[in-house]
Amino acid sequence: MSEGFPQAARAALADTQLRRNLAGATATIRARRAAAVAECDDWQELRDAAEAIKTRTMARLPELLEMLETRVTEAGGTVHWARDAAEANAAVAAVAAAHGADEVIKVKSIATDEIGLNEALAARGVRAFETDLAELINQLGDDWSSHILVPAIHRNRSEIRRLFARTIAKGRPLTDAPEELAEAARVYLRERFLSVPMAVSGANFAIAETGAVCVVESEGNGRMCTTLPRVLVTVMGIEKLLPRWRDLEVFLQILPRSATGEPMSPYTSLWTGVHPGDGPEEFHLVILDNGRTDVLADELGRQALHCIRCSACLNVCPVYTRVGGHAYGSVYPGPIGAILTPQLKGLHAAPTLPFASTLCGACLEVCPVKIDIPSVLVHLRGRVVRETRGRVTREGVMMAAVAKAFGSRRRYERAQRLARLGHGPLADQVMGRWTAMRDLPEPPAQTFRSWWRERQG
Amino acid sequence: MSARDDVLARVRRALGPSPSAPEVPRGYHQAGASRDGDAVARFCERAAEYTATVTRCGDDALAAVLGARARAHGVTRLACPAATAWAVDGAETVPDDPPLDPRTLDSIGAVVTGSALAIADTGTVVLDGGPASGRRALSLVPDVHLCVVRAATVVWSVPDAIAALAADGARGRPVTFISGPSATSDIELQRVEGVHGPRTLEIVVVDEAP
Ligand code: SF4
Repeated sequence: MSEGFPQAARAALADTQLRRNLAGATATIRARRAAAVAECDDWQELRDAAEAIKTRTMARLPELLEMLETRVTEAGGTVHWARDAAEANAAVAAVAAAHGADEVIKVKSIATDEIGLNEALAARGVRAFETDLAELINQLGDDWSSHILVPAIHRNRSEIRRLFARTIAKGRPLTDAPEELAEAARVYLRERFLSVPMAVSGANFAIAETGAVCVVESEGNGRMCTTLPRVLVTVMGIEKLLPRWRDLEVFLQILPRSATGEPMSPYTSLWTGVHPGDGPEEFHLVILDNGRTDVLADELGRQALHCIRCSACLNVCPVYTRVGGHAYGSVYPGPIGAILTPQLKGLHAAPTLPFASTLCGACLEVCPVKIDIPSVLVHLRGRVVRETRGRVTREGVMMAAVAKAFGSRRRYERAQRLARLGHGPLADQVMGRWTAMRDLPEPPAQTFRSWWRERQG
Repeated sequence: MSARDDVLARVRRALGPSPSAPEVPRGYHQAGASRDGDAVARFCERAAEYTATVTRCGDDALAAVLGARARAHGVTRLACPAATAWAVDGAETVPDDPPLDPRTLDSIGAVVTGSALAIADTGTVVLDGGPASGRRALSLVPDVHLCVVRAATVVWSVPDAIAALAADGARGRPVTFISGPSATSDIELQRVEGVHGPRTLEIVVVDEAP
């Protein structure tokens, strides 16, 4: 028996596990979302309002950003502007340096993942502790997010138990009961919440009219980070703005129902600058461009900036639910990632992503801000063809075939088999390109099922 | 050019001379929409769905009910906001004056606060950093949170709450919406109550004597 066989079998198992985890999890969230949405007899009207509010926000972005800056400053906060990741990271690092902080605690924030803040801080001797349970799991496992809302969706409980047993719960008895694993995280992080002097957060929304910043979360780590440390730095993309306080009445209804399928998430926190005697003594807001103005320049594509990161489009996508988040090679996976990443990073950086879709339209149907993802995908495909002078078109067309294959389990398995033989649309050129630098399990030498069948035979 | 001016200039350039800014259609149920039924009863039902414990009582029974709920969790000492003295039968209350540091709050382990308002549709209590709600750390660090909701402050919907909080928003008070105890679904989507925030949320709804 060749040495590679056990490895291939393990990979096959892992792959099967990943797909099973994903299929089960996304089906569960889909059902929860559907039930939560069905409770609102004005759901479509809420979506219409949300879409218009976001469109209006983008149209008035310069004045609204200036208004936000004024309000936050009046309330005792400090506003920093960052053209790109390096400037944003430098701003956060400068605050840490000013306070002599060599540790910071963090609330889950995709924007800070996008700019690689943790690595940038580490390079300057500052250690960032992720405090969201899933982010902690990924950080400890040297892994990265595969879902916007449940970033460790690709991990099961026994993997997490093993990970904790050799890291934060070393030497302590630990079963794989989720309660025990959550308790281990609580114990590990509590001391940090009580002692670390600086926190970094993202923002779900910021209100131009009042200067309020809003974080929606479940575990309470967000409240800990935004309340207990002496210094708080929030990093937010320019698109997170809402013009008016009143707009919260729409977004605080559509976000939790679309995301976790709850009427409201356990905790929604709003703060405005500094509140003397209550919470951080210093507040910094870093307003980030990092490619967003390029997205804004595309009249059709700019609606990708309306996204409120609810992840509903991931859970209904026939491609995402089969390949998982890592295949998209970006902190923004799924349908939204397929339109946001190529626009943020440039079409040359991710020319095949617009083809990673079956154009089935399920994403548009569930999107609470009505982003027309299929139309933007088609539009971006056209731009790829024009702007890359056809260099990647053949690959793109093959990608579309791959995506179609992902649309059905039978087709996917057939494609996977062909790929192993070096044929078919999943073959190395495309898969090699699409999964370059990504952690998608390679098609195993033998699928688990056929391996098992042979063993039995 | 400063990063600020550069980002703003890029935004203006990207938008072009006349980006379309549609009016916002607000056809959804707005604040003040009239509704049938009893908002307070609905609130109790919804809050209980999050596995928060909800008890309803009259003004005169409040101290006894708070005492019973505290005892149910083995609590004999509770922190409370500086400006609002709560009587909890059989337990000692520790006012947040001078401000209790997080470690002290952690060791006391329980807190009783009021609230600004509550939302029936979603079973949410809202704290606004005012005299009844207290500082944010108060309702966050202790593991048991007893939260008093005055029946008269229960509103029907999220838009009702946002309208009622507009003055707070304008004053820049910190606002915290709490819907059930802290929870996570990060491990195989199985809900676990209580991660970093209070693991126990006890809501006591008080009907004031007319
Ligand atoms: S694109 Fe729409 S559905 Fe997808 S995450 Fe963003 S807001 Fe949610």
